[in-house]
Amino acid sequence: MTRGEDGAREGEGRLIGRSVPRREDPRLLTGRGRFVDDIALPGTLHAQFVRSTVAHGEITAIDLSAVRAVPGVIAAFTAEDLAAGDIVAQLDRPPQEFVPTAMPVLARDRVRYVGEPVAIVVARDAYAAEDGVEAARVRYVVRPPVTSEAAALADDAPLVHAEAARNTLVDVELFATDGIDEVFATADRVVRVEARTGRQNALPLETRGAVAHWDDREEQLVLHTCTQVPHQVRTVASRCLHLAERAVRVVVPDMGGGFGLKCVVGREEIATAAAALRLRRPVKWIEDRKDALSASFLAREQHYDVRAAFDANGRILALDADVVCDMGAYSCYPFTAGIEPLMAAAEMPGVYTVPAYRVRGRAVATNKAPSAPYRGVSRPQYVMVMERLFERAARELDLDPVEIRRRNLITSFPYTGVNGITYDPGSYRESLDLCERTLRAEGWYEKRRTARAEGRHLGIGYACFSERTGYGSAAFAQRRMAVVPGFDLSEARMDPSGAVTVTTGTMSHGQSHETTLAQIVADELGLDIDKVRLHQGDTDRIAYGWGTFASRSAAIGGSAVRLAAGRLGDKLRALAAARWDVPVDRTALGRGEVFRRDDPDTAIGYVELAELAYLRADLLPKDIEPGLTATASFDVFNDGTFSNATHGTVVELAPDTGRVEILRYVCVEDCGVAINPQVVEGQCRGGIAQGIAGALFERVTYDAQGEPSATSFMDYKVPTAHEIPDVAIHHLQTPCAFTETGAKGAGEGGTIGAPAAVLNAVNDALRPTGVELDDTPITPETVHRALHRRHYQESTR
Amino acid sequence: MTTHPRPPDAADADALALQAPELQLMVLDVNGERHEVITEPRRTLVDVLRHELRLTGTHVGCEHGICGACTVLVDDRPVRACLMFAAQAEGARIRTVESLSAGSCGRPDELGDLQRAFRERHALQCGFCTPGFLMLAEGFLAERPDADREQIREVVAANLCRCTGYQPIVEAIEQCAAARRAARSDVRKEK
Amino acid sequence: MKPAPFRYHRARDVHGTTQLLAELGEDAKVIAGGQSLVAMMNFRLARPRHLVDIGALRELDHLGVGPDGALRIGALTTHHTVETAPDEVLGTGFAVLRRAMGWIGHLPIRARGTVGGSIAHADATAEWCLLAVALGARLRVAGPGGQRLLPAEGFFLGPYTSVLEPDELLTEIVFPRPAPHAALTEFAERKGDFALVSAVVDLDIGAGRVRGGRVGLGGVAPVPVRVPAAEAVLAGGGSFAECAAVAAAAVDPPDDAGGSTAYRRQLVRALVERACTEAAEATERREAGRR
Repeated sequence: MTRGEDGAREGEGRLIGRSVPRREDPRLLTGRGRFVDDIALPGTLHAQFVRSTVAHGEITAIDLSAVRAVPGVIAAFTAEDLAAGDIVAQLDRPPQEFVPTAMPVLARDRVRYVGEPVAIVVARDAYAAEDGVEAARVRYVVRPPVTSEAAALADDAPLVHAEAARNTLVDVELFATDGIDEVFATADRVVRVEARTGRQNALPLETRGAVAHWDDREEQLVLHTCTQVPHQVRTVASRCLHLAERAVRVVVPDMGGGFGLKCVVGREEIATAAAALRLRRPVKWIEDRKDALSASFLAREQHYDVRAAFDANGRILALDADVVCDMGAYSCYPFTAGIEPLMAAAEMPGVYTVPAYRVRGRAVATNKAPSAPYRGVSRPQYVMVMERLFERAARELDLDPVEIRRRNLITSFPYTGVNGITYDPGSYRESLDLCERTLRAEGWYEKRRTARAEGRHLGIGYACFSERTGYGSAAFAQRRMAVVPGFDLSEARMDPSGAVTVTTGTMSHGQSHETTLAQIVADELGLDIDKVRLHQGDTDRIAYGWGTFASRSAAIGGSAVRLAAGRLGDKLRALAAARWDVPVDRTALGRGEVFRRDDPDTAIGYVELAELAYLRADLLPKDIEPGLTATASFDVFNDGTFSNATHGTVVELAPDTGRVEILRYVCVEDCGVAINPQVVEGQCRGGIAQGIAGALFERVTYDAQGEPSATSFMDYKVPTAHEIPDVAIHHLQTPCAFTETGAKGAGEGGTIGAPAAVLNAVNDALRPTGVELDDTPITPETVHRALHRRHYQESTR
Repeated sequence: MTTHPRPPDAADADALALQAPELQLMVLDVNGERHEVITEPRRTLVDVLRHELRLTGTHVGCEHGICGACTVLVDDRPVRACLMFAAQAEGARIRTVESLSAGSCGRPDELGDLQRAFRERHALQCGFCTPGFLMLAEGFLAERPDADREQIREVVAANLCRCTGYQPIVEAIEQCAAARRAARSDVRKEK
Repeated sequence: MKPAPFRYHRARDVHGTTQLLAELGEDAKVIAGGQSLVAMMNFRLARPRHLVDIGALRELDHLGVGPDGALRIGALTTHHTVETAPDEVLGTGFAVLRRAMGWIGHLPIRARGTVGGSIAHADATAEWCLLAVALGARLRVAGPGGQRLLPAEGFFLGPYTSVLEPDELLTEIVFPRPAPHAALTEFAERKGDFALVSAVVDLDIGAGRVRGGRVGLGGVAPVPVRVPAAEAVLAGGGSFAECAAVAAAAVDPPDDAGGSTAYRRQLVRALVERACTEAAEATERREAGRR
């Protein structure tokens, strides 16, 4: 961390830690952003997909002749026509632990979920494309579908993939601390939580989409698509379409959210590219909302059966978990169907000192749209289960629910857990204390007492959790991914006018990288932020990158950017030092100049140095190359860094309808150094809204035929401003020691904590009834039934 | 085992679809400018704004009237441009997000007061829903300049945002309304 | 989610519209605000070959109380117009309609959606259908052969089905008598959604006590219904809670993903009681002061 110290002049305003107004905003506020559907290349054709109407079956015939006769339809292709390779995601695990499955770009002989793409129709506009889709005739021999995790694991279950016995794609047993059974046998108290969580859609407001064309001059397929992982899309497109990676350029325009759904490679964008290659014309595909809800990627449908052993003082002794994740029909690329069970299995002990741990994590295939990572990945679920375990233990041991957490939180760092993970310092205890203090000071405990006395149902709930954010190569390698993400590359370049362009391999889809990463660069170089531009999301401009997911952008991308800027600064200093004929370490950067440490009034402006580096190379010393560019890579070689938070919420249950009203929501978060506090708060609030959505509103169900329930926003109930409360946010700051900025990452925390906090508050409100609810989403009917059990027993028909 | 052809209603290929599309001349008044468009009558207003007039600030989010990303003003009232055929908008005054700023270059110093309030409050992240919220608020505040926070929240509930948790949007609109009220009362005082 | 092709016709007057509808037959659909129809067309759940746009029929955009004390609402009147109607337009005794508008979708839907469109669409959970049935509205319908005036009760045949013939146009909704002590309330998981259950109560209050009243429910049957058994409780001097319990017992709501029969019945009970209380508290004077 020396560079920052000698990089800045005393008293110079630093941007890190300030809520700099966003660079992205002006264009987005004036309607001048450019999203993928805003791209209009001359002669663009429009694609839509013929999709399976059955959940599970054999395709016996595809007749597209009527499609081709529809006015405006230019072409229609099946898998056979496109001859594209399959998308295959791999784990480096033995066959008993992982079964790879191939996801064809278009279904060939088999369909595995309602909405699976079977053919692509290309027409002069989106209207004609849809006319064409209607004219397709596909015949299926229907097979019985697998529509639940329990059905998937049944002895006589139909197989979604012939190669996956019992529909099991991932099955790992981990840790199994010696003597764990003995601990359970002798513990003072064993509590159990069995919980199911609803299948959700990450639901970026902008659906998926792509515009593909062949560029003859570059001999390159150009694929504009809204993805969080441009280089991964390039790899898959290159493999499926039999092109060199150089011959594919993936360009990401402004993105209308992603939340994980866009960090996997979809088959539709590859099929769109394949059609553009075949036709040698630009082809655009914009997913409609119906398809986005039913035939895109979903997540979060999990079943937990977990026991925890406690001593009489409420100290946890052991944790034994069985986690089954319903991953739908295919493994997503690059994360595979292991994404959810492996996350849950590895990280479940979370912020608590759990001495003994055993876990079995499974991914099962079902006839549903496949799962992708969704903000938080399994953590919203296992945190909910852990927090329920502590609440239940507190209840049984007659302890205060905050006190039992206090007795079990990790308080000395670094801490290496029973899961082998080393946790870097955080403010676990402090965040809980502050959260509780806040709710007490606001009088909520008093209000709860009054409410209970009046027979009203008011409850207080907490969630304590951490969020691993700096997943470097080492952490992903532990997952045994065959493709190991983790590092990031950055290039910083100063042009002859002294302005800087910096690249990042991360890809903002709302997280404000153009602002926050520029803040880092501006500070590092002592340069006006308006002179810094960020390049992201273009595989021809950015050497390589893993994109944005797992809250990695600030921690890892931000570090790479800082290192590259620092190296660029070194070059500037070397130029100036040569001019002054002093050692480089006598120079420093600030206010757009290199100055002499021993004589700060002696300085050379960056513009002058940049002109020298480019326009007067004849004057450069022999050992200094012309130009001003620098590259850097950054990776995390340990277990990564952990942000943490405590959420506290107060709910009241309407006795007559069962509606859950959130009266108060407090979030105490610690993401290390907050580069831009307003952006961090935005991430918290948005994440909490999504967590509340999972706790109380959103769910995709499938009927016995495998037909999804949610094909519109009438059925998939995204909460509005009416349902989402204001959130009070308090910041704590435990800087990360091994990221370049001290930042940890803040992308997912809100989503992780909210379901547990809400569920605990609802259960606290239900306390007088004796009913406990562990499944999400909690609907008003569930609450009403809990409040009026007798009523339903009487009125059962 | 049974075989499932497509459902019968969809299988009945539309006779009209098999004919060359019938085109229609439409005259639209958008942001004070007159536009003549020749297109199919089945085009929704949002598609015509975006793809015929290339006013791509208005976004498509759900095409069934729930998310509000396509909200524009029609005769000063916020409406869903996905729930209206362009043909129905003839004779009406349409305003889109492109009309909100003082200039048309998208420079920060050209932002209108509502846009500035959104920026100051960090009321947008990915920005996809933002034009819809801006037009919703613009129409609402014109009619109800004295709206309080709860009324604003109620109106904000008309549209979906997946990034912000809504609170900053409510705050931005409230801030803009308060500033407009203050400016009005200053004007009155001067008189 | 792009609609199937159709031919677009712009109506010039009511008579011409019914003539045109008669010519076009079953394949034609009238569009007013289009807030339900366009969504269904985008899903291709509705695919009319001909769309007859009545948006230009200004004579159907009116709202006011006639000399007979009845409130006449032109079919093209938007929900928003009703919601913001001043007292002198809405007259005495109809503030219940203004208050009820807050339950219909959201502002942009109300700004475009029309009263006539909502009733003609005949969604069993729509607020206007329930209000019309519960408050005893009459519906003026024009056809090629002339007009007819139909009671709202009996107009709805089932979900999205009414007695309206393909060549007929709903032109006016008439609320024949004031309902000063009435209220609509409903329950949906999200505000602005189609109600799971909705209730309208219209109390007959005289000399400070409830003498009787009407009770209407939406979401419990294929069409909005009145609940005579619950009305009898009000007439017999029973409490609001008794009225609500009887209403809950009298209906047999559907059982689907939105909620079980048992839960919907509980909602009937909750909402009828809430509506009774709100209706009893509603007075025109207070309402007039609020606006």
